[in-house]
Amino acid sequence: MAISEEQVRHVALLARLALTDEEVARFGDDLNSILSHIDTIQQLDLADVPPTAHALDVVNETRADEVKPCFTRDEALANAPEAAEGAFVIPRIVGGGEEG
Amino acid sequence: MIDLSRLAAMQIRDGIADHLFTAREVAEAALGRIGALDAQVHAFNQVTAELAYAAAGRIDDAVASDVVLPPLAGVPVGIKDNMNLVGTRTTCSSRILENYESAYNCTAVSRLLDAGAIPVGKCNMDEFAFGSSTENSAFGPTRNPWDLERVPGGSSGGSAAAVSAGMAAITLGSDTGGSIRQPGSLTGTVALKPTYGRVSRYGCVAFASSLDQIGPFAKTVEECALALNAISGKDPMDATSVNRPTEDFTAGLVDGVAGLRVGIVTDLLEAEGCDGVVQASVRAAAETFAALGAEVGEVELPSTAHGLSAYYIIGPAEASSNLARFDGIRYGHRVSGADDVLDLYMRSRAEGFGPETIRRVMLGTYALSAGYYDAYYGQAQKARTLIKRDFEAAFERYDVLLTPTSPTVAFKIGEKSSDPLAMYLSDIYTIPVNLAGNCAVSVPSGSCPASGLPIGLQIIGTHFDEATVLRAAAAFEEAVGFDTTPPLVREVR
Repeated sequence: MAISEEQVRHVALLARLALTDEEVARFGDDLNSILSHIDTIQQLDLADVPPTAHALDVVNETRADEVKPCFTRDEALANAPEAAEGAFVIPRIVGGGEEG
Repeated sequence: MIDLSRLAAMQIRDGIADHLFTAREVAEAALGRIGALDAQVHAFNQVTAELAYAAAGRIDDAVASDVVLPPLAGVPVGIKDNMNLVGTRTTCSSRILENYESAYNCTAVSRLLDAGAIPVGKCNMDEFAFGSSTENSAFGPTRNPWDLERVPGGSSGGSAAAVSAGMAAITLGSDTGGSIRQPGSLTGTVALKPTYGRVSRYGCVAFASSLDQIGPFAKTVEECALALNAISGKDPMDATSVNRPTEDFTAGLVDGVAGLRVGIVTDLLEAEGCDGVVQASVRAAAETFAALGAEVGEVELPSTAHGLSAYYIIGPAEASSNLARFDGIRYGHRVSGADDVLDLYMRSRAEGFGPETIRRVMLGTYALSAGYYDAYYGQAQKARTLIKRDFEAAFERYDVLLTPTSPTVAFKIGEKSSDPLAMYLSDIYTIPVNLAGNCAVSVPSGSCPASGLPIGLQIIGTHFDEATVLRAAAAFEEAVGFDTTPPLVREVR
């Protein structure tokens, strides 16, 4: 199934990628080329086949819920592009001028 | 002067223990080789001379105080740049992580260093391990020591080239669809993808969590076995690592292959796109096994025909989820002057990711999006079941399976970089092994008569049967007697 320009833009938004018009066209072509190969998988009759999410038959693992040493706040912030007062700095996400 | 950088890991450890040379001299030799050749090869993103000399100093101190040396004492190692090592950047060869300082150690790296290894640097790779040529690095391609105009394979191309060029005795790579074995094949090195769950992935930047596995490159099977001894085993920090009794993977290497049941996978061997020289080399390998006393037969894995499709749904789907963490907030590249958080995310990621990363994230996001999940991801997971069953049936009849590692020898830089699908086909023989979670090694089987470029044989084993795979590889290696030294290195010696 061919993917439209509108779908490419929608997927880019879902993936949080700001693409230029030229990139939308180029990646759209690439995706269509790859999907035309991959689409053969849809012709397989797999109705009775269970899915495999994990190659080994491993069941959930649990561990004791114990407090252990972990990163200090400074270590956790060490690679942050912007940090202040022991926190990550991000653009304003609520309010915007008129706080209520 | 002894060419220290050409000694095997075992000889390095024993030579240091016997006072023939010091660990510091070994470090100097490896760093000297990097200095002499890496401007041409570009196997490394970062050379860690300080860390190397510090580790060498600890080994030399141990020798001075007559402490028994650990198994990899003084052995120069390189680490793929998606594994954290404190004191180095972990860039994944991506702009988005260009300045990322490792905050903690990857378990496999820690274990290698605890075994006495000397870290000489972080190896170049395809960005986030997306690729089969190492051309997708934001810092420029790695070149194949066998022919500098050709790729070393990928995504662990830097790790493969570093071993091939004698810059390190052992390197670590990661393998999601062939990223250890295919570059191993293209550079004439021994390259092992352990069973899924054998080696902890803690501290390795995730690509596709149901497929990723860390493994070693070396010039010899024995060195790969030594490295696996060091890095394998349960790690509480990776819930997918499996708790199994400790094994010495070097123990059975000399036992030979008499009576071993070896299956040549005929439908894969005859697949379209496989070079005649590669097919001939694998057929010759089967004859070699027969001559060594193995029981050689034929087998087919028909469902693996859907391996590439399943992989290019599952891999990108998991990658699109894993790479969501790169948001320009907690670490990594961040644009300036963002209007709001959404704008910050979208532009930071678009600027920080290279084209193949964007392609895979888009593909995976599409395959998981509303209305397409069942058609793609659900269908791919079912196809994965069929592939797994094919392997299970084959391993009822055979102990190991033989295929080519790569359908071609090393290709030219630029030859496939404009056609994503052509690049993806480089991994048709390696992908099914990841989907089924098996272990496999690529071992040099000869070279192309026309070009002299190495060809690799893939030996596949069932879950957790690395011992048999390595035993078969060791017998084959001895019978073939392949000279792993590339022309570039012959020139400087």
